[in-house]
Amino acid sequence: MTSIADTVAPGQPADAARKALAAHAIILPAVGERELRLDLFRGLALWLIFLDHLPNNILAWLTIRNYGFSDATEIFIFISGYTAAFVYGRAMLESGFVVATARIMRRVWQIYVAHVFLFTIFLAEISYVATHFQNPLYTEEMGIMDFLKQPDVTIIQALILRFRPVNMDVLPLYIVLMLLLPLILWLMKWRTDVTLALSALLYAVTWHFELYLSAYPNGVWFFNPFAWQLLFVFGAWCALGGATRMSRILSSNVTLWICIAYLAFAFFVTLTWHLPQLGFLMPKRLEKWMYPINKTDLDVLRFAHFLALAAITVRVLPKDWPPLKSVWLRPLILCGQHSLEIFCLGVFLAFAGHFVFLEVSSGIAMHFVVSLAGIVIMSGVAWVISWYKRTADKGAKKSAIGNADMAGGSL
Amino acid sequence: MRAVILGMVLCAGLLAAPPARAEDAPPACDVPAYLLTSDSVLTRVAAAVKDGNPLDILVLGSRSSTIASQAGSAYPAKLQAALKDKLASTSINLSVEILGGKTAEDSLSTLIKLVEAKKPTLVIWQTGTVDAIRGIDPDDFRHVVDEGVTALHEAGVDVILVNPQYSPRTEMITSLPPYLDNMRVAAQEHDIPLFDRFAIMRHWNDSGDFDFSSSAHGVELARRVHACLGRALSKFVIDAAHLDRTQQN
Repeated sequence: MTSIADTVAPGQPADAARKALAAHAIILPAVGERELRLDLFRGLALWLIFLDHLPNNILAWLTIRNYGFSDATEIFIFISGYTAAFVYGRAMLESGFVVATARIMRRVWQIYVAHVFLFTIFLAEISYVATHFQNPLYTEEMGIMDFLKQPDVTIIQALILRFRPVNMDVLPLYIVLMLLLPLILWLMKWRTDVTLALSALLYAVTWHFELYLSAYPNGVWFFNPFAWQLLFVFGAWCALGGATRMSRILSSNVTLWICIAYLAFAFFVTLTWHLPQLGFLMPKRLEKWMYPINKTDLDVLRFAHFLALAAITVRVLPKDWPPLKSVWLRPLILCGQHSLEIFCLGVFLAFAGHFVFLEVSSGIAMHFVVSLAGIVIMSGVAWVISWYKRTADKGAKKSAIGNADMAGGSL
Repeated sequence: MRAVILGMVLCAGLLAAPPARAEDAPPACDVPAYLLTSDSVLTRVAAAVKDGNPLDILVLGSRSSTIASQAGSAYPAKLQAALKDKLASTSINLSVEILGGKTAEDSLSTLIKLVEAKKPTLVIWQTGTVDAIRGIDPDDFRHVVDEGVTALHEAGVDVILVNPQYSPRTEMITSLPPYLDNMRVAAQEHDIPLFDRFAIMRHWNDSGDFDFSSSAHGVELARRVHACLGRALSKFVIDAAHLDRTQQN
């Protein structure tokens, strides 16, 4: 599996192609220059998602959802939109709609396979618990095992993305967004700003008419794709020239202060959730207007919180920020560069960590050990994957020896 | 890197030694005071006890409010016994309605019918588990709880909400937090007490009174847990009705 950002060819478009590009509405940044900040923050999002997925993890207190409205999911989806548009937008300009769509579909397939892999882990966990823990105290809770009684329905519902167990909501959202990507890029090639406006319109329509995707056995998709597409399209818009056009707004001090004020407000509001004693400071009318802050439909407050965070980040960390090249940030960047694999690994490690909590100890020290071990494993695996790309797969491409696909195909 | 991993494995080994635990002694199952107090007041319960009227309690719940074929050992019966003990001059009538596998929405009509028929002083409504298992939309769940509590208040009944059990083995399979949060919000909005069964059981698990992740328990564990829950709930009722101030044995 290749990470989308890695398929950016470090090549150089011919002059003719460059001229052709200039004719479109899209402005692409210079090629060959990796935006390490994206990798860094996607890596960070993956670490935070892992920490949040470990039940009752003490270290989850470190994650951003406790200090404001938005959380790691926003970062992940925005950066995914950004990198996907960057990579496939170039493909669309250089090789045309069909080729770009074909590449996007290959990526969708990879994400789908990853989702099915995670579902298998879930089935393993649920089957293990069902067989080993017949506790009369929990006859009701074991009702979840009823899914095992009708594997025909459950497995098919999982394959069509309607049955999505705990912690397995992000990939189905990602799949739907990637399926929409050819359309998004095609529209952006025509008019970038109009595409963003259409996306915002779809978001507004979703809120107004309560559009949703239904789930199995009940309820709706936890992340409503009709609402979350706004963040994805916004990421794509930024990648295809929006960020450059916004640079004046981003560098203005007024923007900075609005962002700081909003983040401070969000921090204070989240504080009242953790310290209910402060609840009296919250005006009742504000509470009525604000709550509940809807994650399923990407509440405007969450979206705005992400925007404020991103605006400040872009300002504080310039593109050529020296530590981006340092060894210390290398693990984060590596994880961000192989996001799909590391995301799946994180979900698996959360299951494994939960198992360690139950079987060994769930003391505070163990929370630190499991969290740290998880992060070390994620970084180590990311390093191994990039080693494969850099070293192990290099020779295979030239000679086709050692490549199982090619060997099988030639027979 | 290898040394770091090795160090971690060793650390994990050291942490693995289970804490010494007296298995034979009955668990203390103490509950920290903050889990047994509520800002909301059970005015009708208080009035009934003060006026010497009987206290009629209706417990409506799903299967976690009973123990299979041992209903007498489940927390509602233990609650009744504890209240009889503490409020000697009041007659305590308790009826239990178990709606196994029913979501909050499924049990709403039964709840309203039962309250009309029995006219209890206090309804203890345990819900949330089945909704979480079925993945009911948490917003829909909260609206149903809202609707139920509003109907009970209109019928002139005090209400206590009881949230799901702490179940470490199914934590990664069933996502409880949205349902726990929504029950807390509903309780706050209606100013009614919420018996935080989840937090209480987690406290017992963390303090070593019970080990809820072990597989080596039969029905005995369930009986002991329910006895502790019934006792805790009785304290909660007495506190929320301010009875400890007006009447004490």
